[in-house]
Amino acid sequence: MTENQLVMTPEAEKEQVSQSYWSLVWWRFRKSRTAIIGAIIIIIFYTSFVIVPEFVAPNLLEQRSDFLESRPQKIHIRDTEGSWHLPFVYALEEKIDLELRLRYYEADTSKLYPINFFVKGAPYKLLGLIEWDVHLFGPDPEDPEATVFIMGTDPLGRDYFSRIIYGGRLSLMIGLIGVILTLVFGSVLGAISGYYGGVTDIVVQRGTEFLAAFPGIPLFMALSAAIPIHWSPIAVYFMITVILSFVSWGGLARQVRGLVLSLREREYVLAAISFGAGDRRILFRHLIPGALSHIIVISTLAIPGMILSETALSWLGLGLRPPLTSWGVLLNDAATVRAIRFAPWLLWTVPFIVITVLAYNMLGDGLRDATDPYSGR
Amino acid sequence: MLAYVIRRLGYAAIMVGLVSFVSFAIIELPPGDFLTFKLQELQARGDPSALARIEDYRARYELDKPWLQRYTTWATNFVQGDFGESFEFERPVKDLLSQRLTMTVLLAVASLTFTWMIAIPLGVYSAVKQYSLGDQIITSISFLGMGIPGFLLALLILFFTITVLDMQVGGLFSREFEEAPWSIARVVDLLKHLWVPALISAVTGTGGLIRIMRGNLLDTMGQPFIEAARARGLRNRTVIWKHAVRIAINPLIVILGSEALPAIITGNALIAMVLNLPTIGPLYINALQRLDMYLAGTAIVMFTMLLLLGNLLSDILLAWVDPRIRLE
Repeated sequence: MTENQLVMTPEAEKEQVSQSYWSLVWWRFRKSRTAIIGAIIIIIFYTSFVIVPEFVAPNLLEQRSDFLESRPQKIHIRDTEGSWHLPFVYALEEKIDLELRLRYYEADTSKLYPINFFVKGAPYKLLGLIEWDVHLFGPDPEDPEATVFIMGTDPLGRDYFSRIIYGGRLSLMIGLIGVILTLVFGSVLGAISGYYGGVTDIVVQRGTEFLAAFPGIPLFMALSAAIPIHWSPIAVYFMITVILSFVSWGGLARQVRGLVLSLREREYVLAAISFGAGDRRILFRHLIPGALSHIIVISTLAIPGMILSETALSWLGLGLRPPLTSWGVLLNDAATVRAIRFAPWLLWTVPFIVITVLAYNMLGDGLRDATDPYSGR
Repeated sequence: MLAYVIRRLGYAAIMVGLVSFVSFAIIELPPGDFLTFKLQELQARGDPSALARIEDYRARYELDKPWLQRYTTWATNFVQGDFGESFEFERPVKDLLSQRLTMTVLLAVASLTFTWMIAIPLGVYSAVKQYSLGDQIITSISFLGMGIPGFLLALLILFFTITVLDMQVGGLFSREFEEAPWSIARVVDLLKHLWVPALISAVTGTGGLIRIMRGNLLDTMGQPFIEAARARGLRNRTVIWKHAVRIAINPLIVILGSEALPAIITGNALIAMVLNLPTIGPLYINALQRLDMYLAGTAIVMFTMLLLLGNLLSDILLAWVDPRIRLE
C-alpha cells in the first residue's frame, strides 16, 4: 500500500465535476423542452419589441390618409399567372361599397410590390442613440407608392404590424418593471415580517389581508382615474406600473414570509447569529438568497398576470391612453362589434398577447421544476 | 369550532367596514363626481336648464356635503337594510341588485361546478399517467387556457359566432324570451346562450386548476404513506382518490374560497360586459366608471363579504377534508 493510491490520475481528476446549486438548476432546466421554448420566445420577443423595435417594424407610426383601415396585404410567392417570384404583396385598390357606405380595399393583382429585406426606410435612432434607417423588411424605397401592410392598417391609416411592435414595447416593459418592483418591495417586506415576527408581523399580515380583500378593479380604476391629466405620458405610464405592482406585492410578501419562517430556524442561520451577524446581514445575505429560487419562480409566473392586467385596464380605457401605444390600447380599438365585423385584422394583437403569456407560463413552470433539483419524482 | 367561526365572522365584519370606508374614499379620488357626467350629457342634449337641474340633484343627493357625512349616512342606513339610491337609474340600489342576483348566482354556481368537475379528474389523470400522451395533450391545452384572458376569449367567440355561424349569442335570452314566463322553450333558449360563458369559464378556469392539481398530486404520490397504503393491499383507485387526492386537494380548496368564488362574480364582470349578460358585474363596472357612489359602494361591500365568507367556508371545508389540520 503506497500513499499514491489516494491520488487520482490526471484524467480522473478532469472528469470529476463539482455541481454547485445553480449548475444543477441549469442542468435540470435544460431537460424541460417547454421551458426552453418559452425562454427562446421571450428572448426573441424582448429583443424585437423592446430593444430594437424600430428595426423590426417596417414603418414608423405615420398616418397614411389614403389607406385608412385597409385590409392586410397577404404575402404571396406565386402570382396569378403561376410564375414564381421572391415574396411580394399585391397593391391595394380603393373601392367604395355603395350599400354599406364604406370604403374598402382589395388586392390589385396587376401591381406587385416585392418585399425587400434589410431595406432603407424611415430614419430612426437605434436604442435612442445611433442614427440608422435600415428596417428588417419593407417596401422598395425607390417606389413611393409601394406599401407593405402585412397586418393591415388601423382606422387612422397606421401600419398595424408596426403598431403591434411598438405596443409590445410598453406592454412587455410594464410586465417586467412592475414585477421587479413587486419583487423588491414584496420580498423585503415579507422577509422582515417573517424574521422579526411580533407586532411587525401582525401589522404586515393585516395589511396584506386588507389589500387582498379589496376588490381589485375599483382600486385600479380609481387610482388610475386619479392620475392628473396633465402629467406626461411617460409619468402616467410609470404611475400605472407602480399601481399594478402595489396591488400585487401583498401576495408575494405573504409567500416570502412563509419561506422565511421556515428558513430562519435552519442551522446556518443560527450559526450566523452566534457569530454575531447583525439582522441586516442575516436578512440579506442568508434568508433572502435562500428564498430566492421561490421568489424567482413566483415573480416569473406573475409577469403574465401583470401584462394581462395592463391589457384589461387599457381596454377599459383606464390605463394607458393614446398617444401611448400598448397592446391594451390596441385592443381598445379592436374590441368593438363594428371593428370585428369590418376590420377583423385588428385582432392580430391577440395572438401576440397569448404567445407571450404562454411563453412566460412555460418558462415559469420549467423554472419551478428546475429550482428544486433535490426533489425526486 | 363554534368559537372559531364566531371569531372569524366578527373579524370579517370589521374588515368589511374598513373596506367600505376605504372604497368610498377611493371613489371620491377622481376629480368631479357623477353629476359631472350628467351635466355633460344634459348639455350635449341641448337642455337649457341643465345647470339648474344639476344643482337640484346635487342638493337632493347631498353631493355638496363632505363625503365623510355621506358615508356615515349611508353606513347607518346600510345596516338597517337601506342601501341608498343609484344616481344613474334613480332607483333603490336594493332593487337593482336583487333583480340581477339570481342570474349572477346561477351563472357563478354553474361555471364553478362545470370548471371543477372537468379540472379535478383531468388533473388526477394527468398526474397518475405522467408524461403519457394524454398528459401531454392536457398539459398543452391547460397552458393555452391559462394564457388567454377571459374577455379576449369572449371577444373571439363573439367574432366567430357572428361572422362564421351568423348567430346572435349575446345576453342570456333571445329577445322574444326576455320577459316571458318560464317554459320549456325558455329553458332551451337559455341553454343556447349559456354555453358561451360556460365554455369561456371552462377554458380559462380549468387550465390553472389542472396544473396545480397535477403538481400537488405528483408531490403527494411520492410520499411514504402512499407506499404504505399500497403495501397494505388497498386498491389503486382507493389509494389515489381516498388518500392522495384528499391531501393534494388542500391548496385547491384554498383557491376555491379565496379566488374562485369572488373571481367568478367580479372578474367575470369583463366577460359579462363583452357578452352583455344581465349579471351584477357589468352594472358594477358601469357604476364605478360613472362614479355612481351608492351602487358601487354597496356592490363592493357585497363582494368583500362574499370573499370573506368564501375564505371562511374554504377554511372549514379544508379542516373537514384534510385530517392533519386543526382549527385554532
